[in-house]
Amino acid sequence: MDDFYRDFILDHYRNPRNHGHLERASASAEDVNPLCGDRIRMELDVRGGVIADVRFSGQGCAISQASASMLTESIKGMPLEEAAKLSKEIVLENVGIGISPTRMKCAMLGLRVLKSAAIGEIAGWPDEE
Amino acid sequence: MIAIDDAKVQRVIADFPILARPTSRGKRLVYLDSAATSQKPNVVIDAIDRYYREYNANIHRGVYEIAARATDEFEAARAKVARFINAATQEVIWTRNATEAINLVAYSWGLQNLGPDDVILTSELEHHSNLVPWQLVAQKTGASLRFIPADDRGELVLDRLDTLLEGVKLLAITHVSNTLGTIVPLERIIPKARAAGATILVDGAQAIPHLAVDMRALDVDFYAFSGHKMLGPTGIGVLYGKRAILEAMPPFLAGGDMIRHVAYDRSSFNDLPWKFEAGTSNIADAIGLGAAVEYLESLGMDWVRSHEQELLAYAFERLAPLAPRGLAIYGPHDPERASGVISFNFADIHAHDMASILDTEGVCIRAGHHCTMPLMEKMGWSATARASLYVYNTRADVDALIEGLEKAARVFKL
Repeated sequence: MDDFYRDFILDHYRNPRNHGHLERASASAEDVNPLCGDRIRMELDVRGGVIADVRFSGQGCAISQASASMLTESIKGMPLEEAAKLSKEIVLENVGIGISPTRMKCAMLGLRVLKSAAIGEIAGWPDEE
Repeated sequence: MIAIDDAKVQRVIADFPILARPTSRGKRLVYLDSAATSQKPNVVIDAIDRYYREYNANIHRGVYEIAARATDEFEAARAKVARFINAATQEVIWTRNATEAINLVAYSWGLQNLGPDDVILTSELEHHSNLVPWQLVAQKTGASLRFIPADDRGELVLDRLDTLLEGVKLLAITHVSNTLGTIVPLERIIPKARAAGATILVDGAQAIPHLAVDMRALDVDFYAFSGHKMLGPTGIGVLYGKRAILEAMPPFLAGGDMIRHVAYDRSSFNDLPWKFEAGTSNIADAIGLGAAVEYLESLGMDWVRSHEQELLAYAFERLAPLAPRGLAIYGPHDPERASGVISFNFADIHAHDMASILDTEGVCIRAGHHCTMPLMEKMGWSATARASLYVYNTRADVDALIEGLEKAARVFKL
């Protein structure tokens, strides 16, 4: 598990990309992992069915925050419909190796919030689909 | 610093089979999460095993030999717990855990005695288990909640206690904070609550494993605790209640064993304590808790307390040099005023990441809000890491924690 904390993960944790808020968000969602209190909010600027811009905010562990940061980079320019159907693979590809089962929900929180924003209701946990 | 009796601790460790099992990475198990649940000594495991292997039968009313033995052992366990807390056996009610004990009082005593003009006084330190039941009872009865504030070190501010106690019908307060280890000075609070005419409930889940607790001396109406944090099994807990107040309360759960006579349209209820024990009890684990209490008595609660104090002092001494590198320790930070809990954060390493990295070294701690979300929000912490100590911990365990912190610092390139 300590292999997980590689330089680019720590960089995304300490210098999160697309962090903050949009002046005008066309879709947004926020959720917590009730087990640990990690919190993430996603705000989307959707134009012509495509995610033109995104911001995230929240607090939590390096896994949850770095995963969310990387996810925001992956989805810019993506059709909203495609974002709504994303599977956990996109997160696993972003972070590379080694998320233990006990920390999987930390990694998937950002994706769950993104999908909730995309479909307009609370999405399930991506790892349980 | 007082010397830790290493020979005695080594004998204690030998009583806990799990501590001899290495982790899957081949590391020694360094168990620093006893505030969540304690490990179990052989005498407890064997007592449960013996019940199932030798005399498994339902209790009360059984006329055959093993049923009689089961009843005897079950009631003997109650007597052991009663002796341990200096109470009468009729005042010891088995529950699943402290949470269920508090809910029993909330739904039985609370719904009968609280109304729209009544105030429930609690504190800002409470575990959700001694807060959420009162929120629900307040919603049902119209009673209101009031809080004794905590200061930055997690100690209760008692300057305005007299004012806070005005019009209070129930004081529901913790004995020891699960998040910070703060020992609440009940000896200063209870006499004033008595003078104000309040009924008093204490959540003792984090106190009874670590301190000698005497119900007569404390003078509380209710005291709730769990077996699994005091070397006993999960699924068994205790509500202590003063006899007179328990007699006046309606039953909580209804069914078998709690009745005296049942007709199709009405029932009368059993004597204490069985009035509050509907259905078949958790017989095996009650017997296991009896064994745990005997084991704690054999160690001596004075020894338990002094061992933890010495270890806590050693831990603070070892942790102090890490402060300039960003280690923040929360809580009273004083072995005289705290139980064996070290709640901390290290620089920008999130508590969950800390727990994951320590896990790779066999060091078990807890991370998160510790079921005290309002306290965490008040203090401005999103999460803390919590190491908690008990009878089987040693200076070597504290050293392993420190080495784990150094590893985390390397992984996070601090």
